Amino acid sequence: MSDTPSPPPKIKAARKMRDLMTTYYLEALSAAQNNRQVAWITSGGPVEPLVAMDIIPVYPENHGAMIGSAKMGEDLCAKAEDMGYSVDLCAYARSDIACAVVKGGPIGGLPKPDMLICCNNICGTVLKWYEIQARFFQVPLFILDTPVCHTGYTPEIAAYVKAQVNEYIAFLEQVTGKKMDLDKMNAVGKRSYEGQRLWQQVLNTTAHKPSPMSAFDAFFFLALIVTLRGTQIAVDFYKELIDELEQRIKEGIGVVPDETYRLLWDNLPVWHRLKWLSDRFSAHQACLVADTYTSAWCGALKYIDENNFLDSIAEAYTRIYLNIGVDQMAQEVLKMIRFYDVNGLVMHSNRSCKPYSFGQMDIMQIAREQAGIPVLMIEADMVDPRSFSQSQVETRIDAFMEIVKHKAGLK
Amino acid sequence: MKEIERFHQAATQLADTADRIRQTGRKIIGYPCSYAPEELIHAAGGHPMRLFSSGHSIILGESHLQSYCCSVVRGILEDSLAGRLDFLDGTVFPHTCDSMQRLSDIWRMNGRYKFFADLALPAKLNTSSSAAYLESVLARFKADLEAALGTSITDADLASSIALFNRIRTHLSFIHDFYSRHPGQIRGSDMNALVKGAMIMDRDEADTLLADVAASLRHLPVQDTPVKRVVLAGSVCDTPDLSDAVEAAGGAVVGDDLCTGQRWFDRLVPEDQPPLTALADRYRERVICPAKHAGLTTRADHLISLVNNSRAHGVLFVMLKFCDPHAFDYPYLKECLDAKGIKSMALEIDDGRQNQGRFSTRIETFIHML
Ligand code: SF4
Ligand code: SF4
Repeated sequence: MSDTPSPPPKIKAARKMRDLMTTYYLEALSAAQNNRQVAWITSGGPVEPLVAMDIIPVYPENHGAMIGSAKMGEDLCAKAEDMGYSVDLCAYARSDIACAVVKGGPIGGLPKPDMLICCNNICGTVLKWYEIQARFFQVPLFILDTPVCHTGYTPEIAAYVKAQVNEYIAFLEQVTGKKMDLDKMNAVGKRSYEGQRLWQQVLNTTAHKPSPMSAFDAFFFLALIVTLRGTQIAVDFYKELIDELEQRIKEGIGVVPDETYRLLWDNLPVWHRLKWLSDRFSAHQACLVADTYTSAWCGALKYIDENNFLDSIAEAYTRIYLNIGVDQMAQEVLKMIRFYDVNGLVMHSNRSCKPYSFGQMDIMQIAREQAGIPVLMIEADMVDPRSFSQSQVETRIDAFMEIVKHKAGLK
Repeated sequence: MKEIERFHQAATQLADTADRIRQTGRKIIGYPCSYAPEELIHAAGGHPMRLFSSGHSIILGESHLQSYCCSVVRGILEDSLAGRLDFLDGTVFPHTCDSMQRLSDIWRMNGRYKFFADLALPAKLNTSSSAAYLESVLARFKADLEAALGTSITDADLASSIALFNRIRTHLSFIHDFYSRHPGQIRGSDMNALVKGAMIMDRDEADTLLADVAASLRHLPVQDTPVKRVVLAGSVCDTPDLSDAVEAAGGAVVGDDLCTGQRWFDRLVPEDQPPLTALADRYRERVICPAKHAGLTTRADHLISLVNNSRAHGVLFVMLKFCDPHAFDYPYLKECLDAKGIKSMALEIDDGRQNQGRFSTRIETFIHML
């Protein structure tokens, strides 16, 4: 292991990634001038048919993350409260609803949608949120309703979601006035599959000790698999990123100097405190090597048939991490604890996201009992900084790390 | 009216109510939401019982659900963990909001009762594929019940349960209609108790008693007391003192858009269709819950027609803290009311069971404004 005190080199691909995202947003913002249609879509929604029909997908949730990282969440959330929205609602929804009206945020608001695509596989919040936007923008809304698989994917659910995939295509054909080109659709499907497979590979690199990147990097690199899934751009970029990460592994470059403790993160990032949290843990030689959030964009790979993409997406989009039972989520967490060989679990109890956060306490208990690792729960909100107490979280992280160190010492 | 007392008791003396039901040989199946197919449970020889939070402080629930979860969900879980619902033979969780979805998981994982079922209802109710799916979910639930209770539900069983629940709905609609037209003849807290009690007590008993109440109303001297007429809208409302406060201020609650109120007895199940299709139809046609979708203006359209039909002067929103589906709809509903010149006021309630008196001044001011 390196004994040089200097910080490890930064991941070079980050710069390219920033450029790609800038290009993507510029293209989206100038869609109207270029006679392209824009669809707003939920982060867990099937974007591939949009890509195949040359519609530009835009993700209010990704925009919400940008708002959070730019520390512009507080103002926009407060604006939504002035409009009558409760402070207890998801901050992505609050900031987006406010942004649509005031055109604020880091890029002056998202391009106006021509249609809205809402898939409720992540939460019920998006249903309400997209209803609001459909009324505001007066554009057609398609709802892909993916019933919760509490204990499994029943034949009834399969039939219902499959029927809706066809309705989705018909909806797009109607709104665009164009026929879906199935060859193009298949090609996009293959690239989506490939992109997700590569994303999984990116995340897998952190099983290596020391880890070449952290969950904080994953939060950043995630944007492409969310926004450009199904394009060659995402495929090419992740190939490059993997090469770089493998090179780091070969050279023994870890992202946290003297990585000694490895941790798993649960729930969305605290966008407005990424750097602070990363520094806090690094100071204890702890690396957050993986998280349950970014893996949601490749977790359903096993249900996708790349040669029969449209037929398989019903299952793949229904059986995602947030749309299954808490007991199955706990099993996924246990798998990750083993795969990444972590010493502790950090759970972000996220006031914004009820479906992600309720059930965490049961998962915490299961992780403690079955994996025997310490668990820390910190209360925050991914975008709205007002419910975050930095000094309190700091004390709790320090105390937690003492336990982690103590336990690791006993091994 | 002595019949009404029985409805109050059904809820306040829950363990006794449950005891009596068990003596009839029916298995008690609890449910937390108005989309539970009570007719199926009843036809299988079970007794459907709506779960309300008893309002005890949250102690055991603290290790399962964070403080930013609504008091309905936390309260029901607390009651279960504390053993206050040990009379249950099982529960069914229809899919509605995110919090309820997770309660279902936590409940199942901490399994205290023999029977458990999820009803993975569609969120969309206005398409033909969702109609077919809804019916298939009911068919699966029927099979689950049959297996668990060791019976088979014939069409005749189901038809007779449907008829029973339709009678209860008809009585309640009649009583409510009377109550709404002649406020002052029945107290709001009594009207609440009739609805709530009917969700809890033995349904044959409820049917008989409600028929008696309805019959006695037919003979009441009908006098119209001029009052300020208010519609209640919002989250689950289990706060009987709210209508007391409205009445004390010289008003009356003449209608509601609550799943613990009119929404529960709105619409009859068509008796001339195959039973499962008919049950599914009622869910699609009845007043919608904000966690479901049937169009972009459905809820506002309903609220405005409710105000018009009940000749209400204003709307009182009861917003339960941390209840997302209602909180998302509120600004839009308010805007639609404003546009029609209908006055409204919102009360944010932390815990449906613990607000005694807190809002009386605000309610008074609101009523005087109307
Ligand atoms: S953060 Fe949670 S509640 Fe908000 S949109 Fe995402 S999944 Fe839904
Ligand atoms: S709809 Fe609202 S009050 Fe009812 S369980 Fe869900 S969050 Fe709680």
